[in-house]
Amino acid sequence: MTTRIDRRMAKLKTEGRPALVTYFMGGDPDYDTSLSIMKALPGAGADIIELGMPFSDPMADGPAIQAAGLRALKGGQTLVKTLKMASEFRTGDNETPIVLMGYYNPIYIYGVDRFLKDAIASGIDGLIVVDLPPEMDEELCIPALKAGINFIRLATPTTDDKRLPKVLQNTSGFVYYVSMTGITGSALADTGKVAAAVKRIKGHTDLPVCVGFGVKTAEQARVIGANADGVVVGTAIVNAVANVLGPKGEKTADPAEAVATLVSGLAQGVRSARLAAAE
Amino acid sequence: MNKPATPNSFRTGPDEQGMFGIFGGRFVAETLMPLILDLERNWNEVKNDADFRAELTDLSTHYAGRPSKLYFAEGLTKHLREVSSAKGLGGGAKVYFKREDLNHTGSHKINNCLGQILLAKRMGKKRIIAETGAGQHGVASATVAARFGFPCVVYMGATDVARQSPNVFRMKLLGAEVRPVTAGHGTLKDAMNEALRDWVTNVEDTYYLIGTAAGPHPYPELVRDFQSVIGIEARAQILEQEGRLPDTIIAAVGGGSNAIGLFHPFLDDKEVRIIGIEAGGRGLDGIEHCASMNAGKPGVLHGNRTYLLQNADGQIMDGHSISAGLDYPGVGPEHSWLRDSGRVEYVPILDDEALEAFKLTTRVEGIIPALESAHAIAHAVKIVPAMDKDQIVIVNLSGRGDKDVHTVASMLGMEI
Repeated sequence: MTTRIDRRMAKLKTEGRPALVTYFMGGDPDYDTSLSIMKALPGAGADIIELGMPFSDPMADGPAIQAAGLRALKGGQTLVKTLKMASEFRTGDNETPIVLMGYYNPIYIYGVDRFLKDAIASGIDGLIVVDLPPEMDEELCIPALKAGINFIRLATPTTDDKRLPKVLQNTSGFVYYVSMTGITGSALADTGKVAAAVKRIKGHTDLPVCVGFGVKTAEQARVIGANADGVVVGTAIVNAVANVLGPKGEKTADPAEAVATLVSGLAQGVRSARLAAAE
Repeated sequence: MNKPATPNSFRTGPDEQGMFGIFGGRFVAETLMPLILDLERNWNEVKNDADFRAELTDLSTHYAGRPSKLYFAEGLTKHLREVSSAKGLGGGAKVYFKREDLNHTGSHKINNCLGQILLAKRMGKKRIIAETGAGQHGVASATVAARFGFPCVVYMGATDVARQSPNVFRMKLLGAEVRPVTAGHGTLKDAMNEALRDWVTNVEDTYYLIGTAAGPHPYPELVRDFQSVIGIEARAQILEQEGRLPDTIIAAVGGGSNAIGLFHPFLDDKEVRIIGIEAGGRGLDGIEHCASMNAGKPGVLHGNRTYLLQNADGQIMDGHSISAGLDYPGVGPEHSWLRDSGRVEYVPILDDEALEAFKLTTRVEGIIPALESAHAIAHAVKIVPAMDKDQIVIVNLSGRGDKDVHTVASMLGMEI
């Protein structure tokens, strides 16, 4: 069974360029604005959309994504609404893959079976759940795979060769390589090290490897993209939203336009990064 | 492996996956997984290692002042017998206090910190981080870090920094860096998030010294084992002093480390009734309490599945308690399992009831208890008058209340 992610990755491989994977926070700063951001992403050059599910206690996220999550929750976002946002997006775009990203508790409270059923109905293709390592695969990963949804795992610099097979075992869609230890939005890691790490992971899997954590500019996207199957950008997009919000949360410019401008630049970056060896 | 509803022993958990029934586990980011597995390996090596045990026992004895005394609270017993007589009951059990307040640094927290600092040293770590609410664990962490020459960073919610300034100063004197956490609402939950963010960033050299029997496996197990010295001593002491086991034991539960430390050695003594006290705050009708096991439901936070205060969308709520040490929306996973298995009863005590017990204990015993411990005493005050005179109750006096005098003064409308 192939998903939209598999098909999109295969297509990009034939084009010989890496994917631009864009993260934004669902419901930030409110539902309607957030949906307009989501709708603007493909046209601006996003190849895969990561739709953030806000959580009150995002332990692996830096200040920017924490603040975005709090704005979204304050704006009334819930998991029900995040799924609704995906299905509204799907009425106008049935091709761009959507990956839900967040923490486990809201899904657990929603109910795993009900969540998977509703996620499929909403056109969700993959899941990234930060606090579910392979040791906890029975919780959601295995049921998701059975339901036909990709479960995308994070590999990190602490994931050594001995552990990689365990991490990759039930991973599908792509592998998300977190280029450094730390929280989201930290400084970019050394590109040479990233290239070596991607090569190391590719020694263990045929899945595409996307790299994230710290990519903010088109130039960085180009450099990282030269050595990976995809470049993930998150904090920079969330900041683009925050930058057009006033002290009381009022919009000083159109957030969707601000995000589209940033993503267009990043898209040029990845498009100029020819895959050296598109095997 | 699933546990049967009524196991032969309540003392065998967790299983190899770190589960107590459906509770516990290892819900952490992949970056932390190798560290947690490494900690588990080291913990398994030392937990039955004679040299490690000997070093810990030596420090517990000569540095922390163990064993802590089991004290017959004669003044409180007499008072509660008068209450019993006034009600025409003519009863009133004997009340004993397990005096963890007499430990170095003033609470049970030192038991866990000594154990973990030896583990950190053995693992070759170079830096200690910790989270703290009221500051008791922060002070104990800063203390052992000073004793063993580790740099120490303590994360503390900005709200707690403001209301617990004496403890902040103590930590600084001890050489620790106190980092106020402004994220979220600036309490223990947010401090724990920030400590985890530090750990996920500084994976190579940092040891995370968790203060309670919660978090990802193996923390709930190892903190429990380091705190079990409380129950092991209490059990031997009551047998020595009374020639039999107590009828009831009571301890306050925030994260639950002092409680699990007292309870665990008694879990298979079926004749002993075990009661954990949750912070009822201003009542369970609203949201101003921290009674996760009475008013919450199971969920996943801070590395484990356990009872949590949360809304219908799975967002974690901020609780309330007069006692900063109980001001946490979750609880250690073993307590959740003990609750569901029915072995331990968990009941709430309100802010006002704890405050009354605080004042009463100070007056009739000449002991100023921590507000956390006052919750446990408050429940004894409720049940002891209806018990028989030949019955015995042990209350865990987990810490001393010097740190709380400002809070109590403000509750009583006084200025000091």
